[in-house]
Order: sequence, then C-alpha cells, then structure tokens
Amino acid sequence: MENKKSWKEIPIGGKIIEAGNAAKYNTGSWRTFRPEKNDKKCINCLFCWIYCPDSSIKVEDDKMAGFDYEHCKGCGICASICPVKCIDMKKEIQ
Amino acid sequence: MTKKNLIPFTGDQAVAYAMKQIDPDVVAAYPITPQTEIVMNFSNYVANGQVSTEMIPVESEHSAMSACVGAAAAGARTMTATSANGLALMWEIVYIAASTRLPIVMPVVNRALSGPINIHCDHSDTMGCRDSGWIHIYCENAQEVYENTILAIRIAEHKKILLPVMVCQDGFITSHAVEGLELFDDKKVKDFIGEYKIENPLLDVDHPVTYGPLDLQDYYFEHKRQQGEAMKAALTAIPEVLKKFEKTFGRKYDFIETYKLDDAEIAIVAMSSTAGTVKFVVDELRQKGVKAGLLRPRIFRPFPKEKLITALKNVKAVAVLDRSESFSAEGGPLYTDIKAALYDSGIRPLISNYIYGLGGRDIFPADINKVYVDLQDILKTGKVKTPLNYLGSRE
Amino acid sequence: MAMIEVRWHGRGGQGAKTASQFLGEAALDTDKYIQAFPEYGPERAGAPMRSYTRISDTVITIHSSVTNPDIVVVIDPTLVGSIDVTEGLGDKGIILVNTDKSPKDIRKDLDFTKGRVATVDATKISLETLGIPMPNMPMLGALLKVNPLVTIDQLSERVKGKFLKKIGEEKTNANIEGIKRAYSEVKID
Repeated sequence: MENKKSWKEIPIGGKIIEAGNAAKYNTGSWRTFRPEKNDKKCINCLFCWIYCPDSSIKVEDDKMAGFDYEHCKGCGICASICPVKCIDMKKEIQ
Repeated sequence: MTKKNLIPFTGDQAVAYAMKQIDPDVVAAYPITPQTEIVMNFSNYVANGQVSTEMIPVESEHSAMSACVGAAAAGARTMTATSANGLALMWEIVYIAASTRLPIVMPVVNRALSGPINIHCDHSDTMGCRDSGWIHIYCENAQEVYENTILAIRIAEHKKILLPVMVCQDGFITSHAVEGLELFDDKKVKDFIGEYKIENPLLDVDHPVTYGPLDLQDYYFEHKRQQGEAMKAALTAIPEVLKKFEKTFGRKYDFIETYKLDDAEIAIVAMSSTAGTVKFVVDELRQKGVKAGLLRPRIFRPFPKEKLITALKNVKAVAVLDRSESFSAEGGPLYTDIKAALYDSGIRPLISNYIYGLGGRDIFPADINKVYVDLQDILKTGKVKTPLNYLGSRE
Repeated sequence: MAMIEVRWHGRGGQGAKTASQFLGEAALDTDKYIQAFPEYGPERAGAPMRSYTRISDTVITIHSSVTNPDIVVVIDPTLVGSIDVTEGLGDKGIILVNTDKSPKDIRKDLDFTKGRVATVDATKISLETLGIPMPNMPMLGALLKVNPLVTIDQLSERVKGKFLKKIGEEKTNANIEGIKRAYSEVKID
C-alpha cells in the first residue's frame, strides 16, 4: 500500500492537476476473470474499444491488438458487447 | 472648508459602483429583494458598455452560484450578489465554492429567512452559512459596503487564503438608505485589485486539470483540513491586505472596531448598522458620565478571537447583540462564539445576550439604552439574571 | 448645526421618498452629512408611508428610523386625523401640511399647541405649474421657507440634475417654479 499524502502535500480544492494520472492506478489487480481474444473470429469492429470503461483495449493500425492487463478490471463488457463473440472471459486462477 | 465631494448612494448602489470599478470577468446573478438594485444597476453598467463583464442572467440562485463556480474555476474573476432565500437556494453550491477554493466575492444584503416570509433585515441568512467556509465581512454603512467590496477581492484572491468572501450589509437599512459616499479613483481601484491569476485554471488546455472529482474517506478529510488551515492563515494574511488598502486609499481598518472602549466598564458587542446606532447611544451616555463602549466585529469569519479578547479585557459587563436566532436555546451565534473565545483567556466579564431586530424590527436608541441600563444593573449586583434576552419582542 | 431630522408623511406614489432624497442630496451638495430613507412596508399605491431625512455637520451613525423629528412634512392632507402625524414632535417642532386650510385651523385639527405649524396648498400649485397633482416638489420649497436647510438655488440645482434627463427641460422648470411658488406662498403660525 502506498503512503497517503498529508494535507500539506496535495493540491488545494480537491483538484487533480496531473492529466491522465489514472494510468498510474493499476486496476488490473482487481481481475477475477481475464478477457482473451480469438483472433480468427475478430472482425476489428472496435466495439470493445468504444465500450471499455478503462481504456484497456489496445489498438494498432486500426486493428484490435489485445488487452492492457495493467488496467483491465475484467468487467467483461467487451465480451458482452462483441458482435461475433470472439472474446472469452477466463478465470484468473484455474 | 474643503469640498468633500460626497456622492449620494444607497448601499446597493455602492456595491454596484464598486463592481463597476472592479470590472469582474463574469457576474452571474439573480435579482431578489433587497439585493435587486445591485443587479439592476450593474446590469445598466453592462448594457452601457461601462464594464467588460460577461453578465449571465440565470434562472435561479442555484444556477447563479453554479455559473460562478464554473467561471471562477475557468480562471475568471467572478462575482454575484444575493439575499436570504436566494442564498438558501444557493446553499449546496455555496459550500462547493469554498471547498473548491474559488475566490468568488458575493455581496449579501442581509434579509430574514422565511418563514413566515419577510423581506426585511436580519442576519439569519448569512449566519446560517457561517460554517460554509466563506469569509464573512459585516458593514456598518454604505461607505464601508463600497470599500469592503473592493477589499474583498484582494482578500479572496490572496495566495495564502483563496476562499470566497461574503460582504454583508443590512437589508433596506443600509441597502436602500441614501448616504454621502467618498468614491475612489478608478485607477487606484484597478491598481489595488491587480490582475487575477489563478493556478490551474480549467481553460488552460495545455495543462488539463480536473475540478470537483469524487473525494472519499482517503482524502476528503485532508481537503477539509486545508480549508480550516486557510481560514487560520487568513487571520495573518488579511492584515497584509488591510495594510495595502490603507496605503492605497488612506483608510485604516482592522478585524474589529472599538468605540470608546478603552476605559469602558460596560460594553455592547454588535455588528453592521446597529453598531452605528450604538455609537450614538454611547455618545449620549458618555455625556452623562457612564463609561459605556462598543465593540464591533467587522470580520466574523475567520473569527478574530485574539483581537476580541484583547478589546474586552478591561470590560466588566458585556452584552452581545445578535440579529439572528440560532435556536440553540443557548443564545445567538455571535454570543456563543464570543463566550467560547473568552473561555481559555481567563478574561471573564459578566456576559449576556440580546436577540433583536428579527425580520426588520427597528432597533431604536431607547432599546440600546435599555441594554446599557441592564448592564449597569449587572455591574452593580455582579449577577446576570437573564443571560438570554429578546430585545424589542413583545412579552 | 446639530442633527436635523425630518419625517415625511405621504401615500405610496406621492413622492415622499423622492422628496426626502432630494432634500438630503441638496444638503450633501453643501457638504453636510446626510441620510435619506423610506420606511419600507408592503408597498402599495395609496397606502400611508413615511420617509426620513437626516442632515448633520458631523458623521451620522444612527441607523434607526426617526422617532423625534424636528420637522414633519405631511404631503397628503387626508393623513391629518387618520394617523398621528405629530407623534414625537417636540416643543420646538415644526409641522408643514399640504392643505388649503390656514395654519390656525390645522393646529386645531391636529390638536397641536406647541412649536410652529405651516400650511401651503401644494396640490393646487402642482396642478397649476405641472398640470398634475404631484405635491412633493412644492412641499420641498415650502419646507425651505420654514427652515432654510439649503437655499432654493441649491435645491433647484439638485432637481435639475435629477430631472433634466428624465423628464425634459419644460417639466423640470415647471417643478422648480412650483418649488419657488410654494416657498413664497407658505403660511406659518
């Protein structure tokens, strides 16, 4: 657990003054199910990228390129929304 | 005799004129009696092109304060004004303005809160939000209303403070009475308030920031602690602003004002316009040889504890006048605060409380005289028979 | 000059508030300290209302309404007898009433034996100069005869400053004429 800061060390007014610092928070550890993709079925519609609440769908050259497991919470929205059902949710601990 | 060159202004006109000289970037306001003339007169300045302010006419006070919060966070010098039920409707956002540390300045024309519905003066509106984290300044007359509105800008924006400020005046009594005002030179006002620079404005798109995120058990407390520390810091930072004000305009102010208090045996503590009427009575009593005095807190939040204690150290019997009832069954807010301040100091004058003037009930010199008569009796007997009194209410 | 306190009695819409302010502002022009304020109740045209002017050489700190006026001005004659217009008026008090009656008759009506009583038919003057019954400006003129708090010229300057833009030169001059006529026609007992 990181040391929390004192009132003297944080910006006033509850402001977050560092853009995009949510990336430092590794929500990947929350996962009990991990998404896995069947490349053969994927049509690269990128619905998963649109719906993912944690920006954890990687995209390269306009194509679905896997998951950011540092931040993916395993919520399963991508699997649920996938029109060709190419994402499976697999147990983290077998 | 040199010409004084005083301008006839009501308290509301005084605020509007101060706002014209301040020329804030944004004003979002909704008219409500007895604040209406502030919005009306300032709208005229806007319509006539005498200010460059973006005036946002909103549909409610909740929206007014919300717009102010947004504007101030964006980096705009922001003002609004309200009274009573309007302030009550803002309530939620009043707290948000303070906790987001936005230096909004809001003249408030004190009016009784409903119900029963009433449009006249008492302090129940602003006293109700004394715990909202705003700095509270109470003005005796229109001249002070004018000066404190200008002063409030620098207090709110002081780097060590960064808290919103309410500048309170008595509804109708001050807001609608014409008095002669000495106005400051436009340029001097501009120089005094300076440029408004906020750290981390929302509109700085090269450095994106987030305002108002969820703040739970892990950091909310620290942010509240910061607010408390800022209010404490205001006690030492405000004098810097007052000194600069004196240097610029030649007007010397303090957290409190004392009137013939140095050798006083009995004293009244009162705020706003009533303090003026108390001065009138003190003068009469002094002519009769009664050692009467007045203590007037000008800044109520932060609470100037040390100043008040020092001022009261030689007084034997004190009556605190509250123009609001806090329904604590223990007395009005000013009274309980002063009693609490005295507790540790070892200074223990005989102290009593008078709730007065609710809903605009006039307070006459005869009423104040009665309080001093009570104080003389307390001085003689050494006993406070009734700590909590209702001055001017029919029994 | 010690502080002079004037209480104005009128009905909503008759200009008692304006008159109290004009007097104060004219005095302000002569470097006096002033206060002018109406007593705000539930405002309705025709309802009895009061307004006040304080004029002083020294700073005015008192902020309550006037209870012991030096001068009372009654703008509407029908208020005599319906409300206690002499309330708080001292031995040296002056009461000025807009009426066609003589000061002696008004004394009787008011049962007021002290001080001085003055009358002027301000409604008639207003009708003849301005064409409408707006007696507040003539009452100001009459007041200055009773107590020269400011000069007629000082008051006229204030009236011009306030009225010229709002109602034009002709009506402004008619108001000033009304002030001057009332000043010369007021009767004092």
